[in-house]
Amino acid sequence: MDLGFDVVDLPEQDHVGEGEQAPDFTRPLVNEEYWEDTSLSDLTAEEPVVLVFYTMDGAFPATYIWNELRDREFADYDATVVGLSISDPYAHKRLIEERNIEFDLFSDPTNEVADDYGIGNDLDGMTGISEPRPATYVVDTDRTVRYAWVAAEWPDFPDYDELEAAVERVV
Amino acid sequence: MTDPALTLYRLQACPFCERVVRLLQEYDLEYDSRFVEPMHSDRDVVKRVSGKRTVPALVDHTTGATLTESANIVSYLEATYGGDAPSASAEPATAGEGS
Repeated sequence: MDLGFDVVDLPEQDHVGEGEQAPDFTRPLVNEEYWEDTSLSDLTAEEPVVLVFYTMDGAFPATYIWNELRDREFADYDATVVGLSISDPYAHKRLIEERNIEFDLFSDPTNEVADDYGIGNDLDGMTGISEPRPATYVVDTDRTVRYAWVAAEWPDFPDYDELEAAVERVV
Repeated sequence: MTDPALTLYRLQACPFCERVVRLLQEYDLEYDSRFVEPMHSDRDVVKRVSGKRTVPALVDHTTGATLTESANIVSYLEATYGGDAPSASAEPATAGEGS
């Protein structure tokens, strides 16, 4: 994307990286019909997990990211793709319906999960609101991070080819 | 993690649901909460599970029972998990609650 000017850099952060254990958490996980408290470890007990941190529902990066993951047919992998944003479960349900998202979404309004991963992003001009930086993690069944990408610019989007390659290495 | 034997379909702030939750907590029973939307038309999952779109709906995976209507659920929990002698048996769901 050539805008003719520099995109804003995000400050460097010490985030959870490859080889580290992914911090476990429990939050409401929203599907197209209901939501229910679910732990990351519940999911990794079954198969590898692609954990996608994204901007609040309704922001354009959320739409772009989920459209791309849908179109690239991430649902076909033997891995569980889940999202996480600070949006509440009602907003998640609307987004799932409107965008035909085939993946479940964690709701974390307090942004504590992002803070645990070292990817919190205080929003300029939205006082009191912090959300995750866009980030993608591939976590294996031992809950070890096998791939991590965290946004360094604002905005910044996942490297989808790299993410696909990472998932293919794990499944 | 073992899954609790009880699954409660509930609506946020629904007093009939809270009545059931109060009893589940009183009996120290572990349960999963599945929250659904206010609109009945958005509650296909409850319809599939219980045959109705109302909440609360309780599934007891131990006994295989599925119940609707808070009064029924309360009677069932009292009879099944209460310390006292069984009081009333759970009747099939009837109309009445609007939650």
